Amino acid sequence: MAKVVYVLGEDISTDVIYPGRYMATVLPTETPAFAFADDPDFSGKLKSGALPAGSVLVAGANFGCGSSREQAVSCLVGHDLTIVAPGFARIFLQNAINLGLRVVTCPAIEASEGDELEIGVDAVVNKTSGKSFPVIPLPESRQAIIDAGGLIPFTRARLVGAGH
Amino acid sequence: MGKTVVQKILARASGRNEVEVGDVVEPRVDLAMSHENAALVINQFLEIYEGTGLAAELWDPDRVAIIFDHRVPAESSKTATNQKKIRDFVAAHRIRRFHDIRGDVGGICHQILPEHGYVRPGAVVVGTDSHTTSHGALGAFAFGIGATEMASVWALGSVLNVQVPATLRVQVEGTFPEGVGPKDLILEVIGTLTAEGANFRVLEFHGETIRNMSTSGRLVLCNMSVEAGATAGIVPGDDETVRYLREEAGVTDELHLVTPDADAAYERTIEIDVSQLEPRIACPHTVDNVKPILEVAGRKIDQVVIGSCTNGRLDDLADAARILEGRTVATGTRMLIFPASAKVYQEALARGYLATFMKAGAVVMNPGCGPCLGIHEGALGDGEVALSTTNRNFKGRMGNPTAEVYLCSPAVAAASAVTGVITDPRVGRS
Repeated sequence: MAKVVYVLGEDISTDVIYPGRYMATVLPTETPAFAFADDPDFSGKLKSGALPAGSVLVAGANFGCGSSREQAVSCLVGHDLTIVAPGFARIFLQNAINLGLRVVTCPAIEASEGDELEIGVDAVVNKTSGKSFPVIPLPESRQAIIDAGGLIPFTRARLVGAGH
Repeated sequence: MGKTVVQKILARASGRNEVEVGDVVEPRVDLAMSHENAALVINQFLEIYEGTGLAAELWDPDRVAIIFDHRVPAESSKTATNQKKIRDFVAAHRIRRFHDIRGDVGGICHQILPEHGYVRPGAVVVGTDSHTTSHGALGAFAFGIGATEMASVWALGSVLNVQVPATLRVQVEGTFPEGVGPKDLILEVIGTLTAEGANFRVLEFHGETIRNMSTSGRLVLCNMSVEAGATAGIVPGDDETVRYLREEAGVTDELHLVTPDADAAYERTIEIDVSQLEPRIACPHTVDNVKPILEVAGRKIDQVVIGSCTNGRLDDLADAARILEGRTVATGTRMLIFPASAKVYQEALARGYLATFMKAGAVVMNPGCGPCLGIHEGALGDGEVALSTTNRNFKGRMGNPTAEVYLCSPAVAAASAVTGVITDPRVGRS
């Protein structure tokens, strides 16, 4: 069971998730400090450490649109968040898969802050409202990267396997 | 069934006879570009090799390009140290396509690549920047990737698990009216498709208007295709592509143009007649919030910005200079102009554009990404309004979440700088 800690609208850009002025910070250990930096309430909650591990951010369509900056993913990984949205922007989704951010594509998701969700392979069940919403699974080619533990181990295995 | 340009490029790059939409392929990369985020790519690249016993070597240093543009010159010691780290890596790995902070060959990555002939029709180009879509203007399949994905490319020379995207055909006919151009066209396309309308798809541009359009204009279209969510924008290579590469980029080797089959399968076709198009403005805080200029004309603006990988080329500056010649930027409005590259800067200097801008009261800045993404210069104050020829207007984009950014063409920006309010550049309309 995971708690919805924030609900956002459509087209949340990487400028909102990780403002450009912090882009000189690249280390995944340091980027979480600037997650949603221009949203003082939410960034305050994230930094307070009060949110339970595996908390869920529910967003509208096209989450992560805009820049390719990977900090927008690593900062969320650092806070152990799961993102549930009807859809994600392409580069953000790929970065999430590569870095192991949990992202769930759930076209009809309905949830409010405080709701408890059960996130399964086929559906997200909102335990608070009692409704169930189907999940669109990742293509096999993408899932393979997640199963390997991210793109770095996936690439490493390829390199070693190829006997370079 | 016939094939789209991107299907043909991906088939060639993956060593297949043909590929279908949805196929998973592993294309070889012809050019891998990064900017300052190479600092992160380097970290990830070295991590790949950890524990393998293998030496961390680039698959092909001559296919790697690194261009400093996002924070030039460095705004902080942190950035300067990142840039130093990248310089050391560039030297150690013998990367020749490296463009440091320089007044001769420096500039924005998406201007440098075409200008120096690094991009060829039919190539696979990846970049750690979402506006890598720009290079579709030369008939390449060019798309943005993250830093870790780039690290993988540096190691393997290919992009793993690429799903062949579907293509939308954008058919553009007619002649632009005076004061209207490629920026207005792409804003119209984005407004129509919405910010996610082309997600995971390619926009392939066709028609009389595209045939007659310069490479500079095509770069505007492909640059901003990503604002409709597109993986890539592409103008199939043609006579203009060859002219640009030969005459402007100095390319002498053989070129192979890739064109779609007449019966290529497009997911859908969008038809646009530009002969009646009016100037378009993308209003805060999404790029698809596009309105005809008449709906926002008169809005007071604090800062006007002309430049960026979208509209910082010579023809953009010429448009602005024509309007600003002998006129003055309105009191209470500041105007910042940043050419897309050192080459553009020098040419604008030689033609007198920069003098025109300065006499009008504009500040001419060094080439680079400048104020576009609010990193180190030209930030907005609380509640301020900017009108800009750049490509994004997301909340906080120019460094302040309480500010507003409107996007427009260079002509609209210049005409508005003179009046201090959003102004229609067409004669007799303001």
